[in-house]
Amino acid sequence: MARIDCNHIRHAYGPHPKSDKDYALKEVHHAFEDGGAYALLGPSGCGKTTLLNIISGLLYPSHGELLFDGKDVTNLSTQERNIAQVFQFPVIYDTMTVYDNLAFPLRNRGVAEPDVDRKVRETLDMTGLADMAKRKARGLTADQKQKISLGRGLVRSDVNAILFDEPLTVIDPHMKWVLRSQLKQLHRRFGFTMVYVTHDQTEALTFAENVVVMYEGEIVQIGSPAELFERPKHTFVGYFIGSPGMNVMPVAVEGRSARLGSQTIELPGAPKAGITGAIELGIRPEYIRLGASGMPVSIRKVEDIGRHKVVRASFEGRDIAAIVGEDEDIPADPKIAFDPAGINLYADSWRVEMGG
Amino acid sequence: MDKTWNNKAWFMVLPVLVLVAFNAIIPLMTVVNYSVQETFGNNLFFFEGVKWFQEVLNSPRFHASLLRQVAFTGLILLIEVPLGVAVALAMPRSGPWVAVCLVLMSLPLLIPWNVVGAMWNIFALPDIGLLGYVINAMGISYNFTSQPLSAWFTVVLMDVWHWTSLVVLLAYAGLVSIPDAYYQAAKIDGASRWSVFRFIQLPKMKRVLTIAVLLRFMDSFMVYTEPFVLTGGGPGNATTFLSIDLVKAALGEFNLGIAAAMSIIYFLMTLLMSWLFYTLMTQSEAEG
Repeated sequence: MARIDCNHIRHAYGPHPKSDKDYALKEVHHAFEDGGAYALLGPSGCGKTTLLNIISGLLYPSHGELLFDGKDVTNLSTQERNIAQVFQFPVIYDTMTVYDNLAFPLRNRGVAEPDVDRKVRETLDMTGLADMAKRKARGLTADQKQKISLGRGLVRSDVNAILFDEPLTVIDPHMKWVLRSQLKQLHRRFGFTMVYVTHDQTEALTFAENVVVMYEGEIVQIGSPAELFERPKHTFVGYFIGSPGMNVMPVAVEGRSARLGSQTIELPGAPKAGITGAIELGIRPEYIRLGASGMPVSIRKVEDIGRHKVVRASFEGRDIAAIVGEDEDIPADPKIAFDPAGINLYADSWRVEMGG
Repeated sequence: MDKTWNNKAWFMVLPVLVLVAFNAIIPLMTVVNYSVQETFGNNLFFFEGVKWFQEVLNSPRFHASLLRQVAFTGLILLIEVPLGVAVALAMPRSGPWVAVCLVLMSLPLLIPWNVVGAMWNIFALPDIGLLGYVINAMGISYNFTSQPLSAWFTVVLMDVWHWTSLVVLLAYAGLVSIPDAYYQAAKIDGASRWSVFRFIQLPKMKRVLTIAVLLRFMDSFMVYTEPFVLTGGGPGNATTFLSIDLVKAALGEFNLGIAAAMSIIYFLMTLLMSWLFYTLMTQSEAEG
């Protein structure tokens, strides 16, 4: 296993990139720690798969360099980098048995047959495929096939990292859960460096210790699930993570208070002087209290989604969402109050710190 | 639950039945009719039983054309299938050249069969044809109208030129349907070029290759027009394949009984071989 450093990596698919727009990956400068479990989260087309393929060597970056444990691997081939990758659709060798599928990467590297046998048996046990070792890989279910794909990575114990490219896309919902917890277990037991690409926030937040959120070819935030939830660095992170996403509204800031229409909202602290650009206030629906006191709103819709209710309302002419408990009543003359702990302030979409 | 049986529905398939009767069953039955009777002028017929069949099956002439037919079909399958796969592998998978390659590949398939025969006839003439002239200029004696070996060489080369494209197009269709992830995974697994072919490309092409082999088998087993235009079955009987022999018997010699019996044997052989091919190739898939 290895630490992976991306040094100022940029990538464009076209031959002559001119402006920032031509780059699928604008600039990524980040280190994946040895033994860490990372999720790359973002919408389709944000560059997360590009970044993954650059790490695995299926793509060579236009600029920048890639280091594995401090060693420059930018120009090495996939094979030389010694990486395992699991793809969106299970890749198996149809004509081989499960056993031969797992033995394939070792035999290609000229490993002696007794060692192959030992490693394959270990891997069969790790992935729970032991009782189908002799079966042809073709007839298996999607989740079993995906385990074979994973197993072909695990079988080489010296791999530098295991990369996942939306590996659960074609798996049945109930199996997704099982596979995800098995992956987590494998990570805990064996300490692989894992990078997991997904556009599904639940998958990312449950799998990874560190979630890397990408948006339009850039990393907008790296953090634990809690950090992403409480302190989104960019309004995109606020929208993208959480259900419903963060409420973002343009405000005018004066000292410790923000004005929105006829309302004044108390801020937890005063932002540094001299912030410029479009100022917005972000607050998650979880931090909005609905009750008899506060700022008036008119409720448009209440969605009961089981454990809680999502209230869609109009506040100063803007749409706003709030979450209330299952048993709480919706008051006849509804008012809202913002919990200061959940208030974030943004200038040109990027979060600004507020002093105490 | 009780089902209501209503046999009137059978009337719905009557039109199809009539159509099939007129375009397949009735013509086939006239052939069967001829094959069991001796035909004289003035529409006089005498029942002969299986005499014609016995005669055909014991005739050295039939054995010779059957042998030539099997040799021809075997030879072109051995050449066209591997060559077609090789060309398909060499074709680009994306970019502007795909269209160019596809059009080039389709061209031979669009030329009428008798034109192909005529083209190759002129192309291979030893005195004025480019191919014939060049081969002779290289010091090799070549004349497809007088040397059996030259005739065979030309007939096989013509068929390879005409029909390899079909195998290429089918194999190519199989190749482009393989997702990129397979190649990427193979790279990560450290597979060699040969392993990629053996364990990814070949298994994924298997289905279309089955179809390609079947089509090429049936077409080449029944080949008539091109060799007929090129060599007329000659020199001597050197390139007289089954269908050419059949036409000679039926129309040249007007041996209706022999020709009819031969047609039926020919038809049953083609059917049997196609069935065998298909069963063998799909069975190995079910096991494999």
